[in-house]
Amino acid sequence: MHTRPHPVLIGFACLVFFFLLAPLVIIIGASVSDTSFLTFPPQGLTLHWYENIFEVSAFKRTMVTSFILAVTGTSLSLIVGIPAAYALNRYRVQLPSFLSTVFVLPILVPEIVLGFSLMKTVTTAMGFPIFVSLVIGHALLVLPYCVRVVSAALSSFDFSIEEAAVSLGCPRWKAFFIIVLPNVRAGVIAAFILALITSINDVSISLFLTGPGISTLPIQLLAHMEQFFDPTIASVSVLLMLVTVGVMAVVELTLGLTFLTK
Amino acid sequence: MTVSLTLSGITAHYGTTKVLEDLSLHVAEGELVSLLGASGCGKTTTLRLVAGFLRPTAGSIHLGDRDLTRLPAHARDIGLVFQNYALFPHLSIRDNVAFGLKQRGIGSTARARQADEMLERVGLNALADRTPDALSGGQKQRVALARALVIDPPLLMFDEPLSNLDAKLRVEMRVEIRRLQRDNGRTALYVTHDQEEAFSISDRVAIMNAGRILQLDVPEVLYSKPANAFVANFVGFENIISLRAVGEADDCLTAEMAGGAILKLPKERYEQPGQDFLFATRPDGLLVARSGDGIPAKLGLRTYLGRAYQYRCETAAGEIIANGPLSDPLEPGTDAFLIPQHDQCAVLPVEA
Repeated sequence: MHTRPHPVLIGFACLVFFFLLAPLVIIIGASVSDTSFLTFPPQGLTLHWYENIFEVSAFKRTMVTSFILAVTGTSLSLIVGIPAAYALNRYRVQLPSFLSTVFVLPILVPEIVLGFSLMKTVTTAMGFPIFVSLVIGHALLVLPYCVRVVSAALSSFDFSIEEAAVSLGCPRWKAFFIIVLPNVRAGVIAAFILALITSINDVSISLFLTGPGISTLPIQLLAHMEQFFDPTIASVSVLLMLVTVGVMAVVELTLGLTFLTK
Repeated sequence: MTVSLTLSGITAHYGTTKVLEDLSLHVAEGELVSLLGASGCGKTTTLRLVAGFLRPTAGSIHLGDRDLTRLPAHARDIGLVFQNYALFPHLSIRDNVAFGLKQRGIGSTARARQADEMLERVGLNALADRTPDALSGGQKQRVALARALVIDPPLLMFDEPLSNLDAKLRVEMRVEIRRLQRDNGRTALYVTHDQEEAFSISDRVAIMNAGRILQLDVPEVLYSKPANAFVANFVGFENIISLRAVGEADDCLTAEMAGGAILKLPKERYEQPGQDFLFATRPDGLLVARSGDGIPAKLGLRTYLGRAYQYRCETAAGEIIANGPLSDPLEPGTDAFLIPQHDQCAVLPVEA
């Protein structure tokens, strides 16, 4: 039996969708406007501002930086995060329970605080080069996602399978690679993609850690906006959005988004 | 290759909790010994110590003349069968069985052939290319068995291998396990909480409680001559009555129970363990009768068992559970006598 939802509830739901989607519509509209300033509704129709992204060298350069940074930072984070998630699940009984909280701290601490303290320690006190600082910062930023998502996959992993492999003559380090990892592969891929997106879209951490000559795409976008305020800002935003949506679609089709929300 | 397994003076801790205390056990060549007990008695801990997943805090483990005590788990060469099968979900059935061979550096054609031969022995060669999730519980456990046997281990170990199967399959599988173990005369250690399973499959059974072996013997002896009250209770001697010897008459020992009733115990059957001792009976060991030479009792609740009626009986020594014949159902409240059937009774020493 279907009962019709209350009209107020329908109205409320419509409002939620409106506020979620309207900004996107405005950004997409503004990005195709044939004017030299940001405006909505668009006047005329052009893809010039999308071409412009690839013509302005600062955008090209920061796009490459953002991508390399995301891949390096995420990989580093997984190298730390997978063993951490493994230990947290394998020795859940023996380990103190606060340990799993430690790994989500970067989410709990306000990003601006994290960014500032990273600048103070990694860049100022330890004197690492800018790109290295960025890699460390982003690795830390995405670590909670890596640990959480890989943990979710490991929580349904039966560790007696690993013991079976060991009893059959497989050393433990090898059993980790040929038995444990293949069975949580989906979780590792999901963690990688989620972390990649988080890193590419990050502003607050990068704001503190970028410096002369090295910037990321979102930071360049901010800088560009301060100087020009032309529709390139909108087109870059749409591009970032498309990358995110595209990656999420791939995850949804191959693994299911439930993997990320568990 | 058949070898013996020897555990000497094993003590083990989880953190600061002592879970095994000075445990010694010898499993002879080709023998199957079961560790039987309730959960938490230390039976699985013992198995995991032998497997190498835990380290003892004291004592040693020898397989034949090989000292396993400090050997890492993967070098112990033990075939292990788990309760939840523990098959590799991402490998085919054939690759599951061949896994141990691969670790031993056997070439791919040779190990596929050996795996197929072993799968044929457990009747699953038709499923070699499937993955484990396509199999039923019974089939999975056969694969696990094949996987453990194919590496030709000097010792086989089973950790509650039948607990996840239904009753009919359990009986079928335990016969199969016994057959495969006997065929090659393999030494085996078997952990279970199921008494019938342990007694039916084993050469000898160790009954465990609180980290110790309370009695280790062939099932027939455990069943008829338990060594202490815990084992007696475990194997179904539900009534344990305190007695005091008062004299002898007609080749019988006479003993008095609380409330003054006198029991006559034939000397040829019982060895008196002391002045004060315990008399243990199964419900079948006390026959409920309207009259006779037995313990006076007032009958309470009656339940139907199929082969007999069972009564909760009030006696001067407390509540006793006894069975009576189907031919003569008695009403609650009836005064009756409980007559010992000596083949279902045992005497035990009083424990300190």
